[in-house]
Amino acid sequence: MHLEYTIIEGDFVNAGAASSSIKKTLKQLNVNPSIIKRVVVALYEAEVNAIAHAYGGIITADIDSNNICISVADKGPGIPDIEWAMQEGNSTASPEVRDMGFGAGMGLPNIKKNVDKLEVKSTVGVGTTVTMEVKIC
Amino acid sequence: MKLRDIAELLNAKIVCGESRLDEDFRYAFSSDLMSDVLTLEEHNPIILSGLCNIQTIRTCEMGCLSAIIFVRKKKPTSDMIELAEDNDMVLMECDYSMFKASGILYQNGIEPIY
Repeated sequence: MHLEYTIIEGDFVNAGAASSSIKKTLKQLNVNPSIIKRVVVALYEAEVNAIAHAYGGIITADIDSNNICISVADKGPGIPDIEWAMQEGNSTASPEVRDMGFGAGMGLPNIKKNVDKLEVKSTVGVGTTVTMEVKIC
Repeated sequence: MKLRDIAELLNAKIVCGESRLDEDFRYAFSSDLMSDVLTLEEHNPIILSGLCNIQTIRTCEMGCLSAIIFVRKKKPTSDMIELAEDNDMVLMECDYSMFKASGILYQNGIEPIY
């Protein structure tokens, strides 16, 4: 199964809509609830990051009987130092993002904790792609 | 402790989810930081928060957390209530501060996660 969602820059009201939709799909597919939680927490973190930091992008989800692979590809400023961004507590979030209860520098570390495989590719001035994989069984 | 007893202890108003008031909760977690709420694991705590926006509901939806108590007289908007109802959540409003509400629950046997 292949799913796609569009991310709109600064659209905080709808942040989480794609994660919510994918959660419903995984429930319908009878995926184990603890796996669903890991997937949607990681995806929601990535979705909020993209809405907060980038100029829009696309979420794609590919689900088969063994694996869930989700990619959040944004058109954004990019991450100059991925190693720095992966460390808990490091953040460049705006006051608006912090007002929403995020921006504490916990997103990427929490994504890493919840997925089996994480790849972050970024080019400054072009964008960032976060690819996450979770094994279903 | 049943949610209806928790509501009584906190003098809280039930905003939605009345059908779930007989459900028992053992743990609570108090935070205005949704990043922290997203790191919670399998304990299904009641969430106490002074952060009252749509992302509070979304965060609890993603974290499979089903009961939220808004403290400090915060009132959820109709959009928030609709999203909570869609996800079968219980929302409550409480006039007490986060410190007081958390203290009352702790004193009455609700446990912290950490």
